[in-house]
Amino acid sequence: MKSWNRAALAAALCLAAAGVQAQQTVNIPDVIELSGAGAVSGTNWKDGVTLAVDEINAKGGILGRKIVTTHTDTQSNPGVSRALVQKALDNDPYVLLGPVFSGSVKVNMLLAQQAEVPQFTGAEAADITQMGNPYIFRTSFGQQVSMPKIANYVRDGIKARSVAVVWVNNDFGKGGRDSFIKEMGSRGIKVVADVSTESGQVDFAADVVKVKNAGADCIFVYTNEEESARFLREAKKQGIKVPLLGETTLLGQKVIDLAGDAANGARGHVGLSVDVPVPAIQEFKAKFSKRFGYVPDHNGIKGYTAVYAIKYVTTKIGKFDRKLFAKTMHGLTITPAMEPGILIETSWDDKGDIDRISFLAEVVDGKQKVTATLPKLGK
Amino acid sequence: MALLQILISGLATGAIYALVAVGFMLLWQTSQTINFAQGEFVMLPAFFVLGAMKFGGMPFWLAIVVGLLLSLIVLGVLFKVLLVDPMLRHGVLPLVISTIALALFFKEGVKTWYAAEAQPFPALWSNDNLEIGGAVISVQNLVIIVVAVTAVLALQWFLARTRTGRCMQATAQNPALARILGVRVERMILYTFLINAALVALASFLISPIYLAKFSNGETLGMAAFIAAIVGGFNQVRGAIAGGLLLGVVDNLAASYISTQYRGAIPLFLLIAVILFRPQGLLGRAEERSV
Amino acid sequence: MRLAGRPGAVFLALVAIALIVAPMGLKPHGVYLISMWAVMSIAAIGLNLTLGYAGQISLAQAAFVGIGAYCSAILTAKFGWPFGGAFALAAVLCFAIGWLLGYPALRVQHHYLAFVTLAFTTLVYLVLRNEEKWTGGTYGISGIPRPSLFGWSTKGGPAFYYLCLFVLAVVSWLTWRLVRSPWGRAFMALRENPLRASSLGVDTRRYTLMAFAIGSALGGVAGALYAPLVEYIDPTPFALGLSLNLLLMVIVGGSGYFFGPYLGAIVSVLLPEWLRVTDSLYLIIYAVAVMLLMVVCPSGLLGLAERLLKPARKEPVARAAAKAAP
Repeated sequence: MKSWNRAALAAALCLAAAGVQAQQTVNIPDVIELSGAGAVSGTNWKDGVTLAVDEINAKGGILGRKIVTTHTDTQSNPGVSRALVQKALDNDPYVLLGPVFSGSVKVNMLLAQQAEVPQFTGAEAADITQMGNPYIFRTSFGQQVSMPKIANYVRDGIKARSVAVVWVNNDFGKGGRDSFIKEMGSRGIKVVADVSTESGQVDFAADVVKVKNAGADCIFVYTNEEESARFLREAKKQGIKVPLLGETTLLGQKVIDLAGDAANGARGHVGLSVDVPVPAIQEFKAKFSKRFGYVPDHNGIKGYTAVYAIKYVTTKIGKFDRKLFAKTMHGLTITPAMEPGILIETSWDDKGDIDRISFLAEVVDGKQKVTATLPKLGK
Repeated sequence: MALLQILISGLATGAIYALVAVGFMLLWQTSQTINFAQGEFVMLPAFFVLGAMKFGGMPFWLAIVVGLLLSLIVLGVLFKVLLVDPMLRHGVLPLVISTIALALFFKEGVKTWYAAEAQPFPALWSNDNLEIGGAVISVQNLVIIVVAVTAVLALQWFLARTRTGRCMQATAQNPALARILGVRVERMILYTFLINAALVALASFLISPIYLAKFSNGETLGMAAFIAAIVGGFNQVRGAIAGGLLLGVVDNLAASYISTQYRGAIPLFLLIAVILFRPQGLLGRAEERSV
Repeated sequence: MRLAGRPGAVFLALVAIALIVAPMGLKPHGVYLISMWAVMSIAAIGLNLTLGYAGQISLAQAAFVGIGAYCSAILTAKFGWPFGGAFALAAVLCFAIGWLLGYPALRVQHHYLAFVTLAFTTLVYLVLRNEEKWTGGTYGISGIPRPSLFGWSTKGGPAFYYLCLFVLAVVSWLTWRLVRSPWGRAFMALRENPLRASSLGVDTRRYTLMAFAIGSALGGVAGALYAPLVEYIDPTPFALGLSLNLLLMVIVGGSGYFFGPYLGAIVSVLLPEWLRVTDSLYLIIYAVAVMLLMVVCPSGLLGLAERLLKPARKEPVARAAAKAAP
């Protein structure tokens, strides 16, 4: 009997200790692509998150609690990502971070919704925020926002009547291609070539021949960074003269480093990039590069700003309340004055979609040069 | 003109496939190793070079030498001694599983200890382009074709004309008999592993300036080498080079004239057709094992 | 593998009880993982029939898991079929395609057969990805319902786990019967020495096709469960990687041993999850573990167990299977 009592006491003490522990920390797990096809995006995201978490913890955490983040690797596989989100939810998380691949997000956002846990995703597929899930929040433009912007540029900036589309055949590229072609249709611009490429493809000769023969006024390239670089080189080799248009994945410094002078002249719309002339972003880029030894892409910014958004909102509502958090996020605008870590003024609408300023840019002499700043849509 | 461009570009890519396919085939011939990590074998030497430059502070030419040596040691000697030798007696499948695991090990290792992102790689030759009858080819591509064809021809000469080469042939055809005849079978097998390591390193240094160095590059390359080896003929060095060149051209033709979405399917149909109707490969000889 | 009489039976009973009570001691994540283990075991059992017992090296099993998964997903999510019907059709469809895929096996053997089936897997992947009208392409298919069977909803994790476990039990029982039937012996004769089998009056043609068809049907069964387990599918999980993974399960567990696939699935599905405590190194450690395992016991875990338990026995079955290629 006595020993039973002692055991009970010990158990109670343990529980109490656990309670104290829980009070001091806040659990924000990160489920992300660290191997497989999404490894580059996932690694950037992870390092962005790590940077923000360490900065916030160094300054005392959120409402006095230290952030605890575990990064788990989905292997770019939806089935695995589901398991990991389940695992994260089993440990009573405050907010969930990741993943980037749309397929994985579509599986596990339902679990997070059931558990009423807010989730910040890096995915850009249009349909994610169209399913009426009040707990999903983007960290960058969805393709339904970014494609109209570049479509306007094709019409007003390039004044093109026809366009060739080169896209990578995965959920990122296909989603972008579908949105883009829809936007072209509504603007009366003809799509004269529609070229699918493979993720990891090395030889773009046939693809370039194809778009060259199509005789389009411009070429829209929507592939991942290294494929973009290979395409740019081949396009230069075969002497393509018409403008090459793209998103961050064509105009980023990373592509420029890989493609060399073949990148010169590439232009387009940049939603989020470490290359834009915003001091806060340049500062972030410097901090990031110093710590991790490489220059981040837009996924690094996404992960970084997501953590700061969590910090800001939680501080604003004054407690760790998931439902209230989600409610507060809808219709919220965070400016760098309110929270420097957000880097650039950002608004979330009632669906979890994001609104920010964005940029038109061109690669000149091996550097990305911003030619115009596009205002927020809501203004 | 478009056709010429497609053919020339296809040949340049195909030459790489051929280099990788020859090594793949050599390993199979002498030790029944189906190397599912062959693509990763091509990915890795470029990172040896980058690592030597970044961590060892070496100039590029020295890093290339170091990269080649490391490849010979790791992908040649260590691969044979640590992985292939213990499993050789146990048939093909355990070794297949090991090479699958080895591929994962190399990919994850490079990603974890070097970088997940694609890396630029210094070019060995100028980046200029040449025009041939309206089609454009870069000097780099031309060098690749020349080097690959030369390497494979030299290898064939070595196997057919030198004493060591003929001993290797004997080992491939009948190891037991070769041993009785006094051929040092073990050493001959080691030579094939070293030759494979040198070939993949060569391929790696040739293509990384064009295709960039990235941990996942091996996935596409390994599969292509695999198909090239089978299509050309699994028991002939010149078969592998024909298979490689053919594959490069077919891939580009398929993407141009059939479907970009199904470009990967055409080489596979070719593979199936060759296996079913001419299993010795296009240039191979039936029911004979030789190198 | 013949289990050593009564201790073996007791051990099996304990494992069965452990599997039944497991969900009570596990969080939803654990339940999901053992459900995945059960599903992958079924697919590996199918491959073990084709490869381990009948000696036909197939790298097409991922394609059949994919076909089964898309069949059940399309029929239940898009056409509102009941799960039972979709499940049965997935099995029958894979049986038929597996039968057809067996024909190349009549012409070519060993590694050449592996190459043909490898090509088949990649072709199926391309079709799943490109035929968007039917398969949803890269967008995949979401909203795959977990079925209600006889008024019993399997929406919850444990309920669906029991469905997977039930199917695994049925598949195990049927396979057990099959390998001890004249058919099973014919399969093994095919593996050991096709020429002799044929001269002894075994219809090698029919049994080769049958070995492919049954193994593939089990792949389809696994796929039909995979889709509602994850509740979303896209083509990437069914690419060549899964085929190689299933091959790994069979070989690591012990090719040609009845219980090999179950162990192999533990290594492939659960081991990486356990290794996650090592954080970013977990796949590297996993790869090293698999290589070490193959160096130490090329005949798989059960081959090793058998060697340790019965040192006197001459030729382990698995080794003969592994030697199948020249």
